[in-house]
Amino acid sequence: MAKVRVAILKAPGTNCDGETAYAFELAGAQPEWVWVEELKTNRKKLEDYQILAIPGGFTYGDDLGAGKLLANELKYRLAESLDSFLRRDKLVIGICNGFQMLVKAGILPSGKLSTEQEATLSWNDSGKFEDRWVTLKPEFNICVWTQGIEEPIELPVAHGEGKFSPKDQTVLEHLLGYGQIVFHYCDPQGKEAGYPWNPNGSVGNIAGICDPSGRIFGLMPHPERHVAGLQHPRWTREGLAGEGQGLQIFRNGVRWVEKHL
Amino acid sequence: MLRRRRATQRGEANPPSPSGCGGRLPSPASLLLGVSLWIRRRRRSWDPAAWHSQRGSREVAKPALNTQTDWRFVIRTREGFSDPDARKLKEDIADLGIQGVEKVSIVQVYYVGGVLTSQELQQIGEKLLVDSIVQEYEVEAVHPEPPVRPSTGSGRTGESKDFIHSQVVEVAYHPGVRDPVEDSLKKGALDLGIAGLRQVHTAKEYAFAGSLPAEQLTRICDRLLVNATVQQIVTPENLERLLNPPAGSPLSIETVHLMQASDTVLQRVSIDHQLSLNLEEMRAIQAYFRTQKREPTLIELETLAQTWSEHCKHKTLRGPIQYTEEIDGKIQKRTIQNLLKSTIMRATEELNRHGCLSVFEDNSGVIEFDEEFAVCFKVETHNHPSALEPFGGASTGVGGVIRDILGTGLGAKPIASTDVFCFAPPDFPAEKVPPGVLHPRRVIKGVVAGVKDYGNKMGIPTVNGAVLFDDRFVGNPLVYCGNVGLIPKDKVTKQVSPGMQIVLAGGRTGRDGVHGATFSSLALTTESEVVSATAVQIGDPITEKKLADALLLARDQGLFSAVTDCGAGGLSSAVGEMAADSGAKVFLERVPLKYTGLTPAEIWISESQERMVLAVAPADLDRLLNLFREHGVEATAVGEFTDSGWLELFHAGISVGKLEMDFLHGGVPQILRPARWSPPGLKEPEIPVPSDLADCLLKSLSRWETCSKEWIIRQYDHEVQGGSSLKPLVGVANQGPSDAAVVRPRLDSPRGVVLSNGINFRYGDIDPYWMALLAVEEALRQIVAVGGSLESVAILDNFCWGDPTRPEVLGSLVRAAQGCYDAAKAFGVPFISGKDSLHNEYRVGEKVIPIPGTLLISAIGIVADAARLVSMDAKKAGSRLYLVGSTKPELGGSSYYASLGFLGASVPQVDLAQSPLLMSAVSRAIGQGLAVSAHDCSEGGLAVAAAEMAFAGGLGLTLELEKVPRPTTLTREDFILFSESPTRFLLEVPEEKSADFERALAGFPLGKIGQFQKEPVFRVIGLGGQSVIDVAVEVLQEAWQAPFKGW
Repeated sequence: MAKVRVAILKAPGTNCDGETAYAFELAGAQPEWVWVEELKTNRKKLEDYQILAIPGGFTYGDDLGAGKLLANELKYRLAESLDSFLRRDKLVIGICNGFQMLVKAGILPSGKLSTEQEATLSWNDSGKFEDRWVTLKPEFNICVWTQGIEEPIELPVAHGEGKFSPKDQTVLEHLLGYGQIVFHYCDPQGKEAGYPWNPNGSVGNIAGICDPSGRIFGLMPHPERHVAGLQHPRWTREGLAGEGQGLQIFRNGVRWVEKHL
Repeated sequence: MLRRRRATQRGEANPPSPSGCGGRLPSPASLLLGVSLWIRRRRRSWDPAAWHSQRGSREVAKPALNTQTDWRFVIRTREGFSDPDARKLKEDIADLGIQGVEKVSIVQVYYVGGVLTSQELQQIGEKLLVDSIVQEYEVEAVHPEPPVRPSTGSGRTGESKDFIHSQVVEVAYHPGVRDPVEDSLKKGALDLGIAGLRQVHTAKEYAFAGSLPAEQLTRICDRLLVNATVQQIVTPENLERLLNPPAGSPLSIETVHLMQASDTVLQRVSIDHQLSLNLEEMRAIQAYFRTQKREPTLIELETLAQTWSEHCKHKTLRGPIQYTEEIDGKIQKRTIQNLLKSTIMRATEELNRHGCLSVFEDNSGVIEFDEEFAVCFKVETHNHPSALEPFGGASTGVGGVIRDILGTGLGAKPIASTDVFCFAPPDFPAEKVPPGVLHPRRVIKGVVAGVKDYGNKMGIPTVNGAVLFDDRFVGNPLVYCGNVGLIPKDKVTKQVSPGMQIVLAGGRTGRDGVHGATFSSLALTTESEVVSATAVQIGDPITEKKLADALLLARDQGLFSAVTDCGAGGLSSAVGEMAADSGAKVFLERVPLKYTGLTPAEIWISESQERMVLAVAPADLDRLLNLFREHGVEATAVGEFTDSGWLELFHAGISVGKLEMDFLHGGVPQILRPARWSPPGLKEPEIPVPSDLADCLLKSLSRWETCSKEWIIRQYDHEVQGGSSLKPLVGVANQGPSDAAVVRPRLDSPRGVVLSNGINFRYGDIDPYWMALLAVEEALRQIVAVGGSLESVAILDNFCWGDPTRPEVLGSLVRAAQGCYDAAKAFGVPFISGKDSLHNEYRVGEKVIPIPGTLLISAIGIVADAARLVSMDAKKAGSRLYLVGSTKPELGGSSYYASLGFLGASVPQVDLAQSPLLMSAVSRAIGQGLAVSAHDCSEGGLAVAAAEMAFAGGLGLTLELEKVPRPTTLTREDFILFSESPTRFLLEVPEEKSADFERALAGFPLGKIGQFQKEPVFRVIGLGGQSVIDVAVEVLQEAWQAPFKGW
């Protein structure tokens, strides 16, 4: 069987592309760097890939808000191909800056390109960029990327603008009601808790959400930074795990494509 | 509409200032009052029905049409959403002791100029500038002289009532200081299909509600909001200049009359043109042009000044020195021809170690990593720019050293950063801060923010660092920025051949950074921020990221054969160095500019950031230029390398400069400099035995340099690229202070790069020789403490010293260099690169505040298997704690003495025979899995190191001082606890491995000094068998974390 093809989207300022590609490789896929410019000039086509991964970074310096300029670029310059990609039951994952971009483009939580922004990721309550490890509690959800993850997992966050805020209560209730909230920040015991366990002040401790189909997934923490035991901050005291807890997410995506597409 | 005015005077092109005093903050109260008044009047001047565009009523009116108009967008946070920046500013104001500010709001302002329709303005506002969930915007046309209405009426629309009587200040950059957001906004507008947007300027508007006297508002502006070096308070006058900057002068080839000049005139020429050349050098230039039978052009003088600057040439360390040393009445004299060659480089040569692929040649030193790859390492300083503008100075410092890595061989991929700072303490009394100097708190926050911004945006993990404090750094902080790169072994060498094209790639060239290299070779004075406004820049990491991505792709396609960075001295240095053995022709009009009006000399010496110079074979030129273009990087062929032996500069077909390469690189006169060192005649203090050792320990843990730097570390992305394998913070709660950091640059391999540093200027106050040995030893000790071995380690030197024309300053530098040689030889670790930054002092009138001579040693090593490393946090109750290495009464320069206000004389001494052997033994023992954690004893000695292990592991510890290996004469408990004797390790060994461990360390000073326990108490049993410290581990940790808490 041909390997699942993953487009690792690259724009000026993308910087987690190497480790994201590596994570997909470990999960058995064939990742490929795809520059936004290559899509705009039709040298590469989104339709040739089954998964679109939007990695972390500071696209366009995060000027005018994290992920905003890339969101606009995709929305206004690549609307057609992106729209058809989203409609064709393919998978999308946006990590950190990629999540910010999906939210600012209105693709999350709606799953569609044409919608107005229904939520945002804005400045951390602490007012600071922070790199720290967080514990994530999986909620009952419909996300294809996290199936089988039932216990809390640990991943690092590294962002300044990660505070999730829905537009209003209706949006929040909708997310809850349709199983679109994928991960909550929690303390190491799995309980709801404030800063620093919730590193940014996200409303409802929300760390990651998906669209109503469960195929489009966005999260602030970095699963690609925890695919190997050596990446964990306490491997020297807790023992070296065979693999990192983020790898399952990539594996889920790849398996789903293998099964459904 | 603002009137457009064009000035032709060159002087007017410089950043103007509100009150015409060249970039300094204008005098206070009256102006501020004027500003807030003006802004409010302006608000009232427009008719809401026709002009205002709130959310909901989106009619933006009239002046759009076909003429260029300037528009002012304001973006504010919606009610109900928090603004962390405003909250922090309010806290900072309270920190200044200013009461009465009830509320602070910050509004982002964009001045947008162009031919834009009302619909387009609406799109820019809604789709580009605001995040509609949390923000809202207004837009209005900018009016130059708003008519004043009768002063009734309310405050501005859409704002909370608190602000009706608020005071408002708007802050923008000076014209010419470019905010990268401006380009982003233009790009975003194009994505929306808006082509008429011509220019963008950013500003911030601060509003303060509450009672705030004018002089307090001035203090807030001065201390928190405005850095006069790069920023200004917006007034009607300077707003016009911001939006319509006067054009610079037309091309002129300035000739400078030197041939007949007297010495006085020569010196004046050097000062007037900011050349920083001394009289001997000016005379050499005069003599050269006499042989050429013509006067030099200014551009030629500038080129010589850049090339001969201390920053580029290191003429002190490479020049002849007459050294006198007087110890105990015995005088020794000798002449050193080249200090670098005879100490640091000599050690490397004599060690001749395998695996050193490039040393002291390229922009960084290169050592072998594995079969396929090498790693390169460089540490730079960016002290003076960081003193004036901490954010910009530090960020461009990081950007600069990254370009050193990109400019090594045919380009290396940056994989890790290290940053070391020396500041005045954050609690330095505000009234003692010299005029023209920023308070250390602001310097610290700015520097950390600058490093964070550039490093994080480049996607390079910042994994290692250190911060030291001393009052003497108040006017001249030290900012060391280091970077490591990964490079294929077959890309380590570069070659320039005649006929190759000179390609300039990356950012555009502006007036920024003009005279940066010569500026850094001068002492800072109260006037620095006036004369050096252009020497400071704001970095643009995304431009550099694009450049890096494209450069490495071009490298892999073999599209160029040499590359170097445009750093200090700009094109002048980059081309001058690349063409040193051949020759070059440069056509300056081809250089892409940020704005018009630069003279050829300014283009040539500009230090605009984010630029690299490549040598490209003509056949590859089109492919290379295409590749860069596709990645959004501007690249231009600006000239070619020749075999003429001449540097030839042209502008629009006219020759503007012609210099012989031999003279440019070999013509600098050698000056024999006197250097002298004698011991400072210090005494050991008489200190009463403290009654409460627990209190001493708590105080040690709370010292600025010992305490937790988590506030800094977490702001750096230290995990991007995924290779972080031993993090800067470790332990049960991820809070303990790791020794060396380890990253794996190839994710599919367990092989790692280990990084550490050693620095302590206080030892140098006693004897710079021992400071150097201790710095090397400390850097190596940290590598050993995580389980690394010295076999693959290489080191870098970074000398930051005062004015080398003072014999005692140069003398201490000579002595430190000797220490470097002895240390490198004894430990068998070669120096592979280095840097010196001299003239680090601050002058207030006649008074000089020199920094203490400070040597940073940065170490890099290779670990074959990262999975065999250990961290410093205690792992298990019941395991034994061993101390390896002898504790001696060596408290001179220690943290303990410093906390009591003493320096002392008994500087720690490294046992050059035993220390390397002991390190190897420890390294082997850890490699064999005999220890589960290890930590080195450094500042604060045994007590601090043991406490850190305990609280990082969440365990208690009981220590017995009697078991500490030491000379029998050492009987003071405080000295045993806080001595900083080098080459001491604390190792946690499981009970069952004790015997093997003791065998492995047989022959070295070794004591089983304690045991970890569940009971979370840190207990020390004194020499008499009584408990002398008994404190909850949590209390120790809190003391350690307290100083930066809440920052």
